[in-house]
Amino acid sequence: MDPTNVQDPNYYHRVVDCQWACPAHTNVPEYIRLIAQGRYTDAYMTNRESNVFPGVLGRTCDRPCEPACRRGRIDGSPVAICRLKRVAADLRGDITELLPRIPAAKNGKRVACIGAGPASLTVANDLMPLGYEVVIFEKHDKPGGLMRTNIPAFRLPASVLDEEIAMILDMGVDIRYDSPIESMGALLAEKFDAVFVGSGAPRGKDLELPGRHDTDRIHIGIDWLESIAFGHVDSIGERVLIIGVGNTAMDCCRSSRRLGGTEIKVMARRPRPYFKASPWELEDAEEEGVEIVINHAPKRFVVEDGTLLGMEFERLEWDQDARHSRTIDTIFMPCDDVILAIGQENAFPWIERDLGIEVGKWDMPIVDEATMQSTRPGVFFGGDSAWGPKNIIWAVEHGHQAAISIDNHCHQIPVTDRPPQGMNLVTQKMGISEWSYHNDYNPSPRQRMQHVDLTERFKRLELEVELGFDAEQTAREVQRCLNCDIQTAFTASLCIECDACIDICPVQCLTITPNGDEHELRQRLSAPADNLDQPLFASEALPQTGRVMIKDEDVCVHCGLCAERCPTAAWDMEKFELKIPYAGSVMWSSR
Amino acid sequence: MPSITKPKVTHPGLRKNELELTVRDYEGAMSTLCAGCGHDSVTAALVQALWELSVPPHMIAKLSGIGCSSKTTAYFAAGAHGFNSVHGRMPAIATGANAANRDLLYVGISGDGDSLSIGLGHLSHAIRRNVRMLYIIENNGVYGLTKGQFSASADIGSRSKRGEPNTVMPIDPVMLGLSIGATFVARAFSGDKQQLVPILKAAARHRGFALVDVTSPCVTFNDHEGSTKSYLYTREHDLKVTSTDFVPPAPEILATIPPTGHALIPMHDGSLVRFHAVPPDYDPTNRVAVMDYLQQHHDRGEVVTGLLYVDESVEDVHELNNTSHIPLAQLPYERLCPGADALERLQERFR
Repeated sequence: MDPTNVQDPNYYHRVVDCQWACPAHTNVPEYIRLIAQGRYTDAYMTNRESNVFPGVLGRTCDRPCEPACRRGRIDGSPVAICRLKRVAADLRGDITELLPRIPAAKNGKRVACIGAGPASLTVANDLMPLGYEVVIFEKHDKPGGLMRTNIPAFRLPASVLDEEIAMILDMGVDIRYDSPIESMGALLAEKFDAVFVGSGAPRGKDLELPGRHDTDRIHIGIDWLESIAFGHVDSIGERVLIIGVGNTAMDCCRSSRRLGGTEIKVMARRPRPYFKASPWELEDAEEEGVEIVINHAPKRFVVEDGTLLGMEFERLEWDQDARHSRTIDTIFMPCDDVILAIGQENAFPWIERDLGIEVGKWDMPIVDEATMQSTRPGVFFGGDSAWGPKNIIWAVEHGHQAAISIDNHCHQIPVTDRPPQGMNLVTQKMGISEWSYHNDYNPSPRQRMQHVDLTERFKRLELEVELGFDAEQTAREVQRCLNCDIQTAFTASLCIECDACIDICPVQCLTITPNGDEHELRQRLSAPADNLDQPLFASEALPQTGRVMIKDEDVCVHCGLCAERCPTAAWDMEKFELKIPYAGSVMWSSR
Repeated sequence: MPSITKPKVTHPGLRKNELELTVRDYEGAMSTLCAGCGHDSVTAALVQALWELSVPPHMIAKLSGIGCSSKTTAYFAAGAHGFNSVHGRMPAIATGANAANRDLLYVGISGDGDSLSIGLGHLSHAIRRNVRMLYIIENNGVYGLTKGQFSASADIGSRSKRGEPNTVMPIDPVMLGLSIGATFVARAFSGDKQQLVPILKAAARHRGFALVDVTSPCVTFNDHEGSTKSYLYTREHDLKVTSTDFVPPAPEILATIPPTGHALIPMHDGSLVRFHAVPPDYDPTNRVAVMDYLQQHHDRGEVVTGLLYVDESVEDVHELNNTSHIPLAQLPYERLCPGADALERLQERFR
C-alpha cells in the first residue's frame, strides 16, 4: 500500500462515519460533546451551521448518520444522534446574537426562490448575510413546504417549525404567500440575477385500478396529510387501508388513528426487509396498534353505488430475494377509506419548454450534481424538485450547494469553481495520560425514547408523541459516542517499533508488518480487516525495520491508549474539524 | 499510568480457543511500567502464548521477585495464582511450589537484577534441579527501578544514558545456563513477537527448566545510542540462528526437510507448518558446540536469538526427587499427616 495521504481532508472525514454519511456533513461528535458539557446553545449553533433546522431534524431526520455510526459495529446499536440533536434544540438559550448579521447595504443582486421549503430557506439563509435580496414565492399561506404539509404535528410541533423558519425569514427575506408560480417564462422576465427552484415533489402517485374514480373515499396520501395540516380534514372512517409502506404511509396510518380510524392496516406488496419506511417509524406505528400486512398486491377497489366497500388483493409468495412472486389467491378486505402512499413525483407544468431548461428521463430537469444548475445558466434546482423525493437533510445540502453556485454566478465566476473543503487538526493532549476529551469507553446501552401514554396520545391531533430524552438519558447517551473525530495521528519517523500501541489496543486495530497490497494485507493483520467499507491507514516505512504501521479504522473506539502508551509520541490524538465551505466563505480573487 | 483501564470492548471477530476463552481473557491489570517498556511486549507475547496453548488460567502459577520485570506478573492471566517473593528468591519459591503441586504451569518472571545479581545463586540451583517451569529473564542491562545503573548483564563498552561506558564483565544467562546443565535455553527479543511467542509456547511445554532470556529494552534508561540493549541495536545485531515453532504432541508424521530452505508439512488439524532445517553449522542438542558458537558470535558483537539448546532426556525435578504425583492440597488429611505412629516408624529407620 502507498502511505495514506492524511493531508486530504477526506481521509479523516471518512473516519467520522456519522459526519461522512450526513449529506450536510454535520459535525456530530463535536455537538454531542457540547451537549455533554451542558453547552446546548453552542451545540445548537454547531448543528445550525450545516443543517439549518436542528429542532426540525432532531425530530424528523431520516438519520443517514445512525446506520453509519461506528458504535453500531461495536455493540449493535448506534448512538441516538438524531434525538440528541433535539436535546440541543429543546434546551438551547437565546441565539439571536449568534445569528449572522444582515448587512444594511445590499449587494444589488436579486434571487428568486420558488417554494418555501427547506431547500429555498437554506438558500436564503446562506445568501441573506452576504447582502443578497431574496424573494421566495410560496403557493400556501404558510412557509415550510413538505415539513409543514406532510409531517404530522404529533411528530413535529408547528411551534418548532415556525421558530426555525422565522430565524431565516427575519433576516429580511421577501416572502410572498399565496403566490404559486404559473410560468417560469414570466418569472425569468422579471430579471432576477438567479432563480432557484425548490418546489418539491408535490404530486402523489395515483393507483389506476378498477373502481378508482367511483368513490370519494380514496385519498392521495400527501394531499390528505396536507389537508389535515391546513385543517380541511378532521375525520376518517373506522376501517382504513393504507397502500404502500414508506414513511408517508406511516404518517398516514398514524394520522388516521387520530382522526377516528380504529382498524388500520398498512398493505405491503413485499416482505418486511424490503420496506422503504425507517424501522423506527414502523415501530412507532405498530405501537399505536396499526397492523402491517405483507405480501398483498392491490387488485381492485370494490365500490357499490358510489360506496366504497373494500379492496381486493392478490396474496403473493416471493422467492428468496423477493424479486419474483407467485399469486396464491385473491382476497377481499373491507374498509371505509383507502389512502394511497405509493410515492411522489415531480411536476413542472409551469416550466415552458422553450426556455433552455432541458428535461431528461421522466420529464425531470437535467441538473448538475455538483452545482445544482440546470442547462440554463442562472436557473438552479434543489430539494425534491431536483431529482425526486429524498429528505429534508438532502434538501438542506442542495440549498447550500446552490447558494455557492448562485454566489459564483452573480459574480461572474464559473459555477464549477467549487471552494475546497479544509481541515483543522488540533492535539488533544493536556499532559501525560490526560486528554481534553472523555476517552473512556462507556458500555451503556442505547437509550429508549419515552412516548406519551397511549391513553393520552390520541386526545389531541397535535400532541407530540416523543417526550425527548430526560437529563439522565441524555447523560448516558452522550457518553456512548466514540469521539471518532478525535483522530489517531501517526508520525512514522518517531516510531521505535516497541509494539506498545499494538499490545494495548482493546480492539486489535493496529499491526506493524511488511508492506503488501491492500487485499492481502487485510488478511494478515492483528485481526482480519473484513469490513471493506472502512479504510486502512498505512504509514510511511518505519525507520528501524522498514515495515509499516497499519491501522484498520473499522472498530477503533478512539480511547487514545495507543497514544498514551507510545514512548515517543508517534501517536497523537488530534481533533479533526472539517472546514465546510459555504457561500461567501471563500473570497475569490476577482471580487 | 494510563488515564483509563483498557476498555472491555473487543473486536467483533475475536476468536476463541479450545476453552472458549478469548485472548482478552488472559490479560491482567493495567501496566504501570513506562510507556514503550519492552516488558509490556513480553507480557503481550505471554498472553498470546497462553491463549494459543489453551492453558486454563487457574492452572497457572505466576511467580516473581523484585524489579520492573517482577511487576509483569500482575499484567497477565488475572485468573491465575501468584506469588511475589523477596528479591531474587523466586526460584526457591518455585522449587517448593513444584514439589507441592506438579499440576500447575509455573511461569517465573525475573529480570537481570533479580536473577543475575541478588538471585544468581537461587537461579543456578533451580537450573541444576531442572525445576519444571518457564523462567523468563526480561533483560535490559540496567536497574530501571533505581534510575538506570548498569546491571550484571551490561556489556563491556555499553554506555549509560549519561555517556559512561561499562567496564565490568557481564554475566550472560544463556552461557550460565548451558554451563550448569540447563535443558532448554532460548534467547529472544521483545520487539519480535513472531519469534518470541512460539519460543514461549515451547518453553511452557518443556519437561524441565526452560530458560528464556529476552532482550527487553528499557525505554527510559537504556534505549539510546551507545547502548547494546536498545531497540535499534538489538534489531541491527540480531542473528536468528534457529526458527522455532511449537507443534503439540500427536501421532508421528514422517517427512524430509531439505538442508536449506523449508518444507510445508500438513499437520493433523489441517494446518500447514513450515519446517526450516537447522543450519548445517548449528546443532541445538550439542551443548559444547552451542557454547562455542555463541562465544564466537558474541565476539563479533552479534546477538544470537532462537531456541538455542534443548534436551528432553534429562530427569526433571519430580523424577530426581520422587515428588508426589497428587498435589499436596488434594491429598486426604490422613495421608498428608499420617500421625505420631508413622513418624515414629520413620525415625526408627534412622536409628
